[in-house]
Amino acid sequence: MFWSNEFPQLADRTLRQISKAIDTGYLTFSREYGAGIEAFFEPLLFFLIWFERMLLGAPWWVIVAGTAGIGYLASRRWKLFAGIVIALCLIGVFGMWENTMRTMAMILVCTLLSIVIGMPIGIFMARSNRGQKTILPVLDVMQTMPSFVYLIPVVMLLGIGRVPGLIAVVIYAIAPVIRLTNLGIRLVEKEALEAADAFGASRLQKLLRVQLPLALPNIMAGINQTIMMALAMVVIASMIGVRGLGQPVLQAVTNQYFALGLFNGTAVVVLAIIFDRITQGFGLRLQKHQEGHR
Amino acid sequence: MSTDTIISIRHLYKVFGKDPIKAMKLVHEGMGKDELLDRTGHVIGLSDVNLDMERHRIQVVMGLSGSGKSTLIRHINRLIAPTEGEILLDGQDVLQLNAEKLRELRRFKVSMVFQRFALFPHRTVMDNVGYGLENQGKDKKTIRETAARWTARVGLSGFEDHYPGQLSGGMQQRVGLARALATDAEILLMDEAFSALDPLIRAEMQDILLDLQNELQKTIVFITHDLDEALRIGDSIAILRDGAIIQTDDPQNILMKPADTYVADFMKDINRARVLRVRAIMEPFQEGDVGPIIKNNTTIEEALQIFAETAGDKLVITDKKGEKVGRLTVEDLIRGIRRPTTAEIQADALENAN
Repeated sequence: MFWSNEFPQLADRTLRQISKAIDTGYLTFSREYGAGIEAFFEPLLFFLIWFERMLLGAPWWVIVAGTAGIGYLASRRWKLFAGIVIALCLIGVFGMWENTMRTMAMILVCTLLSIVIGMPIGIFMARSNRGQKTILPVLDVMQTMPSFVYLIPVVMLLGIGRVPGLIAVVIYAIAPVIRLTNLGIRLVEKEALEAADAFGASRLQKLLRVQLPLALPNIMAGINQTIMMALAMVVIASMIGVRGLGQPVLQAVTNQYFALGLFNGTAVVVLAIIFDRITQGFGLRLQKHQEGHR
Repeated sequence: MSTDTIISIRHLYKVFGKDPIKAMKLVHEGMGKDELLDRTGHVIGLSDVNLDMERHRIQVVMGLSGSGKSTLIRHINRLIAPTEGEILLDGQDVLQLNAEKLRELRRFKVSMVFQRFALFPHRTVMDNVGYGLENQGKDKKTIRETAARWTARVGLSGFEDHYPGQLSGGMQQRVGLARALATDAEILLMDEAFSALDPLIRAEMQDILLDLQNELQKTIVFITHDLDEALRIGDSIAILRDGAIIQTDDPQNILMKPADTYVADFMKDINRARVLRVRAIMEPFQEGDVGPIIKNNTTIEEALQIFAETAGDKLVITDKKGEKVGRLTVEDLIRGIRRPTTAEIQADALENAN
C-alpha cells in the first residue's frame, strides 16, 4: 500500500474537515471583528477618496503641468518635462484620463502607506539582528505567495472595494521599501557612525543626520521598486472592485477586446515609466555628493 | 614645568573575546598573552596601562600596528569600554558616566580626528565642520559662523560647498581637523590622523597642527607609528608594545636613555644629530667658559655647523631666559650622536629597576 504509485495522502474527509475548520474559524473571526477593522481603515478610505477627487477635480492642464514640473525638479532635465507632458496628453486624447487619475491616486496612496509603514520596519530590522532574522522570511512569503491567495481573506474580512484593494496592493508592494531601508542603513560605513558617536550624537541624531541620509539612495531604489510592484497589482486589484486602468483591462480580457486592453495596458506602462523616471532622477540627485569620487 | 594632569589612565586592561571578565581572572593569575589566546581564544588588547597626560601638551602614543594604540585612544572618550581600570578626565572617571553625561563629554570636552578621515560624504565641507556644533545644540547662525571661521583657519576658504569626495586626502583631513576644533573641546584625540597622507602633505599637516597648538593650547593625544612624526610634534612620547607601555618620557630622554633594547631598536634609524637638542647632552656651565652662545633647543647638527664656522673649542648654551646653563665641546657633540650600546641600555634598565 505504502509503496503503491499514489502518494499516501490524508483521507478526503480529513482534508475537508481541516479546510472547513480553517474557513469557519476565519469566518467567525471576520464576523466578530470585520466591522471594527473596517472602521479602523475608514480614515484611509477617506484619504484615498479625497485624493482621487482632487486629482479628478483639478483641471487637466494643472495635473499635466504639476506632474511634469515634479519630473523636472527631480531630474533637472527638460527632456523629462516634455516627455511627461506628451505622455499624459496622449493618455487624455485616447480617453483614459479619468481611469489614469484613479490609478495614480491609488498608486500614490499605496506608496505613501508603504513608506510610512515600511521605513520604520526597515529601521527596526537594521538595528536588531534578531528582528532581521524574523522579518526577512515573512517578506519572502509576502512576495512569493500568489497575490490572489491573500485577496481571499482580505475580501472575506472587508468585502470588495477600495480599502481591501489598497491592503492587497500594500502587502504585495511594501517589501522592497523594508528590504532596502534595512540594507541601506546596514551599508552605512562604520567610520561615519564612529565619528557620529565620537561627536556625541544621540541615537536619534545619528539616525536622522547620518544613517538615513546615507541610506537614502538605497531607500529611493526601494520606493521605486514599490511603485513598480504596486502598478503591477493594478489589474489584479480591479478584480475586487478597485476602479482605474485595471478595470478596462479586466473587461478586455473577459470579452476579448484586444484594442481596449492594449490602450489601457499601455497607459499603465506609461504611468510606470513616469514614476520610474521621477524617482530615479530624485535618487540620482541624492547621490550628487559622490560626483568626482575617485 | 607645571605638572597639571588632565588625563589619567590607571591600570587599564582590555580583553577581547566572549567572556572578558573570566579571561581577566586568568590574566591576574599571571597567564601570558599567547597562552590566553591558545587556551581561551581571548586577546589581550591593553595590559595594565598607566599614563598621565599634562594639560596643554601633545602626548604622543606610538607603537607598531597591533600594539593597541587605536584601542587605547578610544578608551579616552569611551568609544571602547575597558575590561578593567580607570580613566580620569580632570578627576572625573569616564566609566562612571551615564549615557547622557557621556554624550555631553563627547560633545563639549573631547573631540576626535580619524585616520581615514571619517567625514560625512553627504555633507558639504561647511556642514561637516559644523557637525559637532549641531550636536551641541547651537543655533544655525552660530554654527554657520563658527564653521566658516574654522574652514578658513585650516586653509579651505573657497571649498565650503564642496563635498568630501571632491577633495584630496590632505584637504579631507583638514576638514577632519576643523570639525574637531570647531567644538572648542579641550582635549583633541588624533588617531593616526596623518598616517594616510603622503610624506609632503603629512609634514604640511604637522606644521598646521603645531601652529594651531601654539595658539590654542589644547591637550592633544596623538597616535602614530611614525617615529619622525612622534619626535617632531610630541612633548612627551609613550611607547606601546603588545598592549603595554614600555616607556613614557620626553623625546630627548627616550633617545638618550631608551628603556630597553626594543625601544632602542625603534630609534636606530633616526638621524640623532637632527633630532637631539643640545640641552639633552650638555655639560654644566662653568665660570670662565667662553665661546659662541647658542640656545638650548639647538639641534646637534646646527651646533656642529656653528663649530665648523667659528674658531672656538667650546659652545655656551643658554636657556629660555637667556641665562648661561651649559657648555659643549666637539667631543660632547659627537658622543651625543653615538647610539647607546645594548650593554649600556641593560645596565641602565637594571639601575632603574633597583
